[in-house]
Amino acid sequence: MISQFLKLEWKQYFRSSYWQKGLALKIIMGFFALYMMVTFLALGIGSFFIIRKTMPDSDPLQVVNSFLLFAVIGDLIFRYLMQKLPVMNIKPMLILPIRKSKLIHYVLGKSSFSAFNIFGLFFYIPFAVVLIGQDYGTSGVLGWLFSMLLLIQCANFLNFIINKNNIAFWLLASVLIGTIALQYFNLYDVTALSQSIFDGIVANPIYTVIPLGLLAILYPINYRILKSQLYLDEAVKVKVKEANTSELAWANKFGDMAPFIKNEIRLIWRNKRTKTVFLMSFLFVMYGLIFFTNPMYEEKMPSFLIFASLFVTGGFVLNYGQFIPAWESSYYKMLMSQNISYRKYLESKWFLMTIMTTILFVLATPYIYFGMDTYLMIAAGALFNIGFNTLVLLYAGSFNRKQIDLNASGFGNTQGTSAKQFIIIIPVMGFPVLIFYVFSLLFNFNGGLIAIAAVGLIGLLTKNYFMNLIAKKYVKDKYAAIHAFNQKA
Amino acid sequence: MIHSKNITKKYKSTEVLNIKELTIPKGQSFGLVGNNGAGKTTFFNILLDLIRPTTGEITNHEIIVNQSEAWKSFTGSFIDETFLIGYLTPEEYFDFIGDLRGMNKADVNSFLAQFEEMFNGEILGKKKYLRDLSKGNQKKAGIVAALLGNPQVVILDEPFANLDPTTQIRLKKTLKDLTENKEVTVLVSSHDLSHVTEVCERIVVLDKGNVVKDIETSEETLKELESHFAV
Repeated sequence: MISQFLKLEWKQYFRSSYWQKGLALKIIMGFFALYMMVTFLALGIGSFFIIRKTMPDSDPLQVVNSFLLFAVIGDLIFRYLMQKLPVMNIKPMLILPIRKSKLIHYVLGKSSFSAFNIFGLFFYIPFAVVLIGQDYGTSGVLGWLFSMLLLIQCANFLNFIINKNNIAFWLLASVLIGTIALQYFNLYDVTALSQSIFDGIVANPIYTVIPLGLLAILYPINYRILKSQLYLDEAVKVKVKEANTSELAWANKFGDMAPFIKNEIRLIWRNKRTKTVFLMSFLFVMYGLIFFTNPMYEEKMPSFLIFASLFVTGGFVLNYGQFIPAWESSYYKMLMSQNISYRKYLESKWFLMTIMTTILFVLATPYIYFGMDTYLMIAAGALFNIGFNTLVLLYAGSFNRKQIDLNASGFGNTQGTSAKQFIIIIPVMGFPVLIFYVFSLLFNFNGGLIAIAAVGLIGLLTKNYFMNLIAKKYVKDKYAAIHAFNQKA
Repeated sequence: MIHSKNITKKYKSTEVLNIKELTIPKGQSFGLVGNNGAGKTTFFNILLDLIRPTTGEITNHEIIVNQSEAWKSFTGSFIDETFLIGYLTPEEYFDFIGDLRGMNKADVNSFLAQFEEMFNGEILGKKKYLRDLSKGNQKKAGIVAALLGNPQVVILDEPFANLDPTTQIRLKKTLKDLTENKEVTVLVSSHDLSHVTEVCERIVVLDKGNVVKDIETSEETLKELESHFAV
């Protein structure tokens, strides 16, 4: 039976939509994963030496030990927010002749190997290896390592017990804040407590039985809870979020566009990925801080600052705009069978991007702090985003041929991405940087800015002409788009 | 034999099911009809121990379903597509279930051979995952999987929905054959009155969780049901 489950796991993993991507994306993701792993390994190996170098008076193991208590509580909070027991996986097995107890052991056992538990190992194991290499007692270090592994498992199973309980969360949060406060105001030395606990394990590896005992208590509790809840209307239940309806009556004043704008707002707000894009665009406003705080760019590569200025107000235009109309791929057919004006449909998207860019521009006002030049750069960037980039992205959208599943999660989701998404960087980011570069060489800094703003302004003034062209292009590509959006990603 | 006694199911104060007593003898073909929300699926879910009744208990061949799991070995069921393992191909899915029911690959293949026509070349050997099949083909796969391993009790929720007409007719024949020698008990729910009267020798009508009719199927049954549901 276990081999059956393992086979299923294997298939589930490699057949998940995660792997159904183009080769290029797979390679990029692979490199990224490799990079993360190497980084963690390097951290695990290097931290011993880093600590020894920065704090030559203290023992690196003791330094780590003194913070472990915080790490454990922090880990629990993180798990509380992020980790759920993957119970839905076993729904198909419920009607098959498999004993419930087996299913429960399977789910719980599987959770032992979740990414939440693996991450820490990348630190603890290399760190322990280094410790042994540095002539710390092997038995002590091994005992310490085992205790850490067991504590990770304890946190894993404790989380599932307290997960549904809000009180537990506030308790944990207040314990964490409380201990940090005690530490900060020198009322009580929590690090000393933490250190004495974990040093104790190193000194007497036999104490490893304590986390082992804890695990031996937590696992059966999980088992019993799950056993009593393995029903379709309890643990194995698809959570249905209560729909929050709103009339959005204020949008009515946009006349013909109103229904589209309302739909667009609901699309953004009610789907994970679009919501992530929307919220991320506010983070992009702060993107400029990286560049404007570093005088290096101002002296040597002012063109790079244009790049940053475009990002400050362009978070929404760029991230949302590049997937128009693929966001609506799941019901594109329906839209196309309705009596709608293409122009109005696209206009509503243009309008939304313009409004969002304006809002982001207002939020970027504090950049005045970095001087008028910086602010003008951002202003020129905003004008360029509104006048030029909206039109380019709408036009480019007619080439979008990849379906997007709105129900899929937001973070790190690359569905809908194709080579087009990389090519589009050239006109929307490369072009303005180039204009600025050329005009600031020909004239001066202001000349460059005026050129960018002028392009934006021209786009804004000729918007109607270009929108008609774009609408025609969409009508022409309608059938290809409908066909492509029907193909599951 | 399936025996249900004092079964009720309440969510907070709303009662969704209330069946005093219901006995389905071995070998009977039993049909459950009712509008949406009548409690058909709830009853099947309780019978399969997928949800717990608020009161009462159901026995399946003398086994109380929420106390022992021994009934699972002789009960085959299909409720809806969410019970399929979407990332498997149909072949893998059949093999998996066959394995659980003590059949080897050859057994499974010879069993599947009789459904070749029903599958119409669209299920086996297509190199598609179950999640990528059409709703109708998913349903076919699920129903056939429920029949694997000679179950004594077969429970199908809305088996005719989403099926093409030819398959509907074939499925009706398959279900009739199953109960022919009074060995296998078949429980079916449906919205389609004519299908259910054709297949089932006994029909129970549920309305808002209560049994309102319990009829031996005869010539007049379809008319009787139609007049019951006509508003």
